Amino acid sequence: MRYAMAIDTRKCVGCSDCVVACQTENDVPLGFCRDWVKEVVDGTYPNVSIELRSERCNHCANSPCVRCCPTGASHFEDGGIVLVEHNKCIGCGACIESCPYEARYSHPDGYVDKCTFCIHRVRQGSDPACVSVCPTRCMYFGDLEDPNSRLVNVLKNRKFKSLAPEAGTKPQIFYLL
Amino acid sequence: MKEELFVSGRNIPNIDPTLNIWHWQIPSYLFLGGLAAGILFFAGIFTIMGKEDKMAATVKKAPMLAPIALILGLFLLFMDLKHKLWFWQLYTTIRLESPMGWGAWVLMIMTPISLVWSASYMTELFPKWDWKFKILKTFEAWVIKNRILIAWPMVIYAVILGIYTGILLSAFNARPLWNTSILGPLFLVSGMSTGAAVILLISKDHKERKIMGKIDILLIVIELFFITHLFMGYKAGSEAQIDAVNLFLGGSFTAPFFAFVVVLGLIFPALLETMELRGYKIPIVVPAVLILLGGLIFRFLIVEAGQITRYLY
Repeated sequence: MRYAMAIDTRKCVGCSDCVVACQTENDVPLGFCRDWVKEVVDGTYPNVSIELRSERCNHCANSPCVRCCPTGASHFEDGGIVLVEHNKCIGCGACIESCPYEARYSHPDGYVDKCTFCIHRVRQGSDPACVSVCPTRCMYFGDLEDPNSRLVNVLKNRKFKSLAPEAGTKPQIFYLL
Repeated sequence: MKEELFVSGRNIPNIDPTLNIWHWQIPSYLFLGGLAAGILFFAGIFTIMGKEDKMAATVKKAPMLAPIALILGLFLLFMDLKHKLWFWQLYTTIRLESPMGWGAWVLMIMTPISLVWSASYMTELFPKWDWKFKILKTFEAWVIKNRILIAWPMVIYAVILGIYTGILLSAFNARPLWNTSILGPLFLVSGMSTGAAVILLISKDHKERKIMGKIDILLIVIELFFITHLFMGYKAGSEAQIDAVNLFLGGSFTAPFFAFVVVLGLIFPALLETMELRGYKIPIVVPAVLILLGGLIFRFLIVEAGQITRYLY
């Protein structure tokens, strides 16, 4: 099992519903967020292109945050989901420094927090909150090793990229182009 | 040209717009750790060479400062933790992949060694000192007899500690400025040079100063070579690395780096030390303090600048 996500940059309208859904579902403290929408403008006028990207933890297969955690609080769960065990985290900040996507933050209670792929929902068979709430249905969540999943299908038929693959992290969120 | 904008709004404290998770505590600790490593390295190596009496300040007096520096450093690291009461988990896990994990263990070994080392010289330096309990006196006698046995691990662990202060940073692939293997040796040499500066400040013996002065000049030359090498490596690197080094070659860190670290912290004190060796009368306090300040500022700049650098995507 290898959980992953594909996000269609051509369907995303940047409404930020995914962000609010996540904050509500996971009780994210005010002023923080586990996912966010980025607008990237490339080129110079009049030749500009625009890309909307809903970003979050990439649940990397080669996670620098898991590697550098001194207590083992950052760890892999089933399906490659990267999680932080709050009671093991000492708040040293090493994982925040090690993340090329700036997906982690220091929770006001002291421990480090980030996207969990809504593991509590996934274990019950539903999609993560951001995926299920998206009004344009631009996100696909699933198991990369299941050849019949919508995720695998959409990745077969579309061109896609991942973010900063040169960082060597093997990110598991794919952006459909 | 690429421009990024958070459409959903995002302004997380200490992360946006640029990462600033590690504040003054970390560079201060890196400085103190390097300093202690330098002092203990020289104390150990001269003991192994059998020069305890010729190099009295190096072997006996300066190491008194090492445990103070290490304990203060540990305290600063503790201050930096955001989930403080859970800190003990560092010592219930062994994670060899995590530089911070094995760094915590190295400190756990090095601090007691430095305490034992300086304690064993207490009665010699302060004749009125009394350990009171018999068991402490027996232990002291054993340590004094077996100093070389302690000096060897002390030298080895001093090198590991010195390199570790750099590797702590260089292990972060996500920060292009730190992600270079030369940072370990560079921090080691810089730490040794600050250690030598402290010994120069303490020593009253002309011959000892001469030896340490020569060593210090050599260390500074190596450090300058490493810094050049570091920049060359970045310049020939990927775009993220070129952007990172440009902070120091034209960007906002250029002036403080070249003024306080390269010129006032390395070249100028090296010149003063050379002139002193040639027989000019120069108060040793000047180059020594400049080297210490340069080392401290160097670590602040690298930690601060490294957090700004990132991958572009």
